Amino acid sequence: MLFCGVLVISSRNPVTSAMFLVALFVFMAGLFVLLEAFFLAAIQILVYAGAVMVLFLFVIMLLNIQATERQKFRWLGLLGGLIVAGAFVWELGIILRLPVAAIVPGKASFGGSLEAVVKPLFTNYMLPFEVTALLLLVAMIGVVLLSKKDLK
Amino acid sequence: MITLNHYLWISGLLFALGIAGIIIRRNLLVIFMALEMNLNAANLALIAFSKFNKLVDGQVLVFFIIAIAAAEVAVGLAIIVALFRRQQTVSVDELNSMRL
Repeated sequence: MLFCGVLVISSRNPVTSAMFLVALFVFMAGLFVLLEAFFLAAIQILVYAGAVMVLFLFVIMLLNIQATERQKFRWLGLLGGLIVAGAFVWELGIILRLPVAAIVPGKASFGGSLEAVVKPLFTNYMLPFEVTALLLLVAMIGVVLLSKKDLK
Repeated sequence: MITLNHYLWISGLLFALGIAGIIIRRNLLVIFMALEMNLNAANLALIAFSKFNKLVDGQVLVFFIIAIAAAEVAVGLAIIVALFRRQQTVSVDELNSMRL
């Protein structure tokens, strides 16, 4: 999966990047299943790999983005990115040194089933639920507004 | 034995790859894809912690993050399309009209 991630950010063709991102989402759904979050694995495939990536590919095809030619390689940009990523990984190595108990599959006190995940959604997290619905409405209005040809 | 740390390592490395992608790449769409990778790394960490602590709140939060990320992708792509209509480019190097 990390190899897919590397290929996403280092492909010259954006369509190739999008394809590897889809593969990454599918791998991530597999990891979710291993962590017994079955409902969220299905939602990941449906929403991310199904809707978000289709949107990406539509935009790539609409704008007719070509594969970038081999330009003069910006060593400064690459160096900056590697420094930032390397610093983050180094800090991760420091933090994750503490011994931690193992995750044993099947010992969860709740299931990853639909009911177990959605029940707090309608009881404890009702306010974020409604606000998210409102946010989706606002996003839809914004998208329609942003893609008008000319605003009078 | 798969511990919590393994999942956190994967999530952290994926996040670092996302950050590296945002900084290195010049194409707006690939930057956006690396941003989605970042969000997925956070999702993985949340679900690993939710399984580890035997609480379901992590999974509920991931549900919200997936919904909000989808809305964000829609709006971001609409902005990119509108930008392309004006400047005819999606390379970050050439979109510098707001630079000091």
